[in-house]
Amino acid sequence: MNFPVLSVITFTPVVAAIIILLLPAQRKNEARAVALAAAAFALILSFWVYFHYDQAAAGYQFVETYRWLPALGISLKFGVDGISAPLVLLTGVVMFTGVLISWGDDHPHVMAGIQDRPREFFAFLFILAAGVFGVFVSLDLFMLFFFYEIAVFPMYLLIAIWGWVVTREYAAMKLTLYLFVGSVVSLVGVLAMYWVAGQNTGVYTFDMLEMEKAGFSQAFQNIWFLPVFLGFAVLGGIWPFHNWSPDGHVAAPTAVSMFHAGVLMKLGAFAALRVGIMLLPQGAQTWQWLIMLFAAVAVVYGAYIAFVQKDLKYMIGFSSVSHMGLVMLGFSTLNQTGLTGAGVQMFSHGVMTALFFAITGMIYDRSHTRQIPELGGMSKIMPFATIGFIIGGLVSMGMPGFSGFVAEFPIFMGVWGAQWLVAVIASISIVITAAYIMRNIRQVFFGEMPEKLEGHMTDVTVLDKVAITTLCLFMIVIGLFPSFMVPMVEKGVENILRLLGGA
Amino acid sequence: MNFIDAQLLSLILFVPAIAAVIILFFPDGENKLIRWFAFGASLIPFVLSLVAWFRFDANQPGFQFEESYVWYEAIGSSFHLGVDGLSLTMVLLTTLLTPLAILASFTITDRVKWYMMLFLFLETGMLGVFMALDLLIFFVFWEVGLVPMYFLINQWGSANRNYASLKFLIYTMGGSLGLLLAIQLLGVLFQTFDLVTLYERWNSIDPATPLLGMSVSTVKTVAFWAFAIAFAIKVPIWPFHTWLPDAHTEAPTAGSMLLAGVLLKLGAYGFLRLILPLYPDEARIFAGVLALLATAAIVFGAFASYAQTDFKRLVAYSSVNHMGFVVLGIAAAALAAGTNDANIALNGAILQMFNHGLSAAGMFFLVGVIYERTHTRDLEKFGGLFPLVPVYGGILIFTSMASLGLPGLNGFISEFLVVRGSWPILTVYTVISMLGLLFTGAYILKGIKKVLHGPLNEHWAHGEHRLTEINAREVLVMVPLMALILWIGIWPAWILDVINKAVVTLF
Repeated sequence: MNFPVLSVITFTPVVAAIIILLLPAQRKNEARAVALAAAAFALILSFWVYFHYDQAAAGYQFVETYRWLPALGISLKFGVDGISAPLVLLTGVVMFTGVLISWGDDHPHVMAGIQDRPREFFAFLFILAAGVFGVFVSLDLFMLFFFYEIAVFPMYLLIAIWGWVVTREYAAMKLTLYLFVGSVVSLVGVLAMYWVAGQNTGVYTFDMLEMEKAGFSQAFQNIWFLPVFLGFAVLGGIWPFHNWSPDGHVAAPTAVSMFHAGVLMKLGAFAALRVGIMLLPQGAQTWQWLIMLFAAVAVVYGAYIAFVQKDLKYMIGFSSVSHMGLVMLGFSTLNQTGLTGAGVQMFSHGVMTALFFAITGMIYDRSHTRQIPELGGMSKIMPFATIGFIIGGLVSMGMPGFSGFVAEFPIFMGVWGAQWLVAVIASISIVITAAYIMRNIRQVFFGEMPEKLEGHMTDVTVLDKVAITTLCLFMIVIGLFPSFMVPMVEKGVENILRLLGGA
Repeated sequence: MNFIDAQLLSLILFVPAIAAVIILFFPDGENKLIRWFAFGASLIPFVLSLVAWFRFDANQPGFQFEESYVWYEAIGSSFHLGVDGLSLTMVLLTTLLTPLAILASFTITDRVKWYMMLFLFLETGMLGVFMALDLLIFFVFWEVGLVPMYFLINQWGSANRNYASLKFLIYTMGGSLGLLLAIQLLGVLFQTFDLVTLYERWNSIDPATPLLGMSVSTVKTVAFWAFAIAFAIKVPIWPFHTWLPDAHTEAPTAGSMLLAGVLLKLGAYGFLRLILPLYPDEARIFAGVLALLATAAIVFGAFASYAQTDFKRLVAYSSVNHMGFVVLGIAAAALAAGTNDANIALNGAILQMFNHGLSAAGMFFLVGVIYERTHTRDLEKFGGLFPLVPVYGGILIFTSMASLGLPGLNGFISEFLVVRGSWPILTVYTVISMLGLLFTGAYILKGIKKVLHGPLNEHWAHGEHRLTEINAREVLVMVPLMALILWIGIWPAWILDVINKAVVTLF
């Protein structure tokens, strides 16, 4: 038996959360240190998985199976393929950097990081992280769903307790209700798939690799694809069900926003792909046009709404809707290039938006405002964060040389292959994105600093700089050397294409 | 030497970027060290491109010094570099102007480190466009060059820099949107971005098979315009030129030097490298439109330039005027591809790109020299400065004359070739453009007169405002430019030989 690396990754945050809760309440720094150590451990392991994934062999690797509830055909089955391995790495990265920027700074003017009950904060955050890891590595549909709910639930507490006072209760409620409705709808679909697959094959199981062979009829797939796909895609922020997402971002504390935009939205997209498209491939072909339509609207509309925002966090929130729209657009092409691009875009958008929210949080902690017109001149105070935000901005604009381009270009090529008009329309978002990103960089970082902020601003901490550097490195490395990630994602996509073609 | 031989182009391309990364680790305050390091680093690509120039075999058709590396296999793009006579000329221009621009920036004192880093990144971006033999790589560098320029204007520019830099960025990005889509279309159709392959396959496509549900000619026409508009904005061709005077006026001196000297050439290079070989038929059909716009650029550019009271805007509009000749030459070549006249026009256009690079960079630098001393560019505030600064005056007159097209200097050769080549092909437009030349003379003389001649503005003659003579460093910037201006004017064969062979083999 090999080292069970995937379950160790998944349960490390749980163990860390328990240890943190056992520490005495006043021991804030110890709680933080445990959190950081656990996050670093999970990050190193996810790197290990990423680099030891054998691309030549492809398929699901590091597979572990444990009996859980054999009577119902449920087992704890873990494994990663070329799509999920980058997402596991992404989760490790966001978890690590999220802990770093939550550490805080005891400067008199600054309420940076998490000062209020850091123990509980990290514990909830880590349960969330465990849920996210669990979804990405689960090969059992029941377990995927189980972890999915575990990932969603702590968001409510994290936002309602540590969030922005003004909207936190509203946003936490809205977010949770949206996501529960979505997941209940997809749960119904999952159960339908379970029964029908059982009837077809005689074996009642939630094992997704078995369910792929269940031979769902065309009519069944047509009926159930939309509930399953859209139910999960709500968490991916798909238009027109995206409305919870910017509110949630704005109300969430910084590290939670990073998780939310960085990995949780990927969770929705990933589950929609894994369950919706891979188990119901013919349904996906039937409804391709609708998904493409929704995605294209999200891409352009999200960019436009981001363009008119005055609140920095809302701007990033809507830009996430736009960029996740590109992921969905890539899915909707159902072809090699589009899906590969979508896979890379999930990673690229994850690190980019985590970086955006991290830096926005650093600014907000010091200035106590996120209103773009009330900010200015940050480049003099925090040059390091400025460079980070600019790099993130360039990724967001899809500037060549950064990961955003590597991801978006194949998505657009895929759309050309499917429906060229959509590519032309969606491309408008590139110019809109460039305009709002550049305008905001200029105002926030280079504009005139308002008088009331003079003297109140401090530079970011060393830990913040480590976090910024880590996130930026990924965007640059993938941008310059696409082969760091693209061939791996391609291997995962080949499997999807096999299902689409052979279904 | 083997290493240098095998990766000559990569070295030229990446030395500036590597130097920029090294500068990142320099301590902030060491301005002097950073300046000299940046200058020294930018000389390396220049020396290497001289090596390339002398080793280049003009008689051999096709691309030389080719290198190809795996880059983005999934969509069929490889990191493919190579040069022919056309691109080598442009590479030489870029690597020559960058050290001079850096030398011209020694007076920058604000955030020197970042300034120099951006400059070096900009050089890599520009060189990449000229070397790329892969459409996607071309686009990558095309866009990459935008970012440093945006920040150079936005951070080190003058009063209205925010407006100008955003306008520059949005115009260029908006323009390249069509280019991006058209490149994707080609990628989807052929599963490769390799230029040499695309040249053959795109043109041998069967006109009867519908593409994306439309006829081949419709698709090609749309793609042609997508390319053409992107490049037209960059050149810029009238009426897409309005970003240029703003960007130039606000940019720091060295930024203007490279903007006019190299960045505008990217657009013209796009026409030559991509549009003429990829869309010969569409280019022929629409050559009339191009010629019309080029003529408009020549005439209106000259008029607009004459009307300016800002010295820098005057020079900026002169770029519109001069680049018009490049486009006129290209239009003539598109209309009568393969004929002797077309080749002459094309020779002229390419040489004009090189020449305009020299003279525009020189002119912008000279405007910068006087601006740094007087803090004004208003032509009305100068006057009669010649006796105060005789050396500067001499250099300004020399460079202006090159811009005007005085025989014996480089501008004359290239404009003559363009006019000679287009005359039989586009007679009417050529005649009108020649009339435009008259106004070129008018605005150049106006500039000289307002600055150097006429009654002396006493303000600059005494006390703390006394105008100081051009210094040794500044002369050093101008010497290579003036030497080349004179050399090409007297004996153009050394460069025309390389250009001509490229033209003959390519088209």
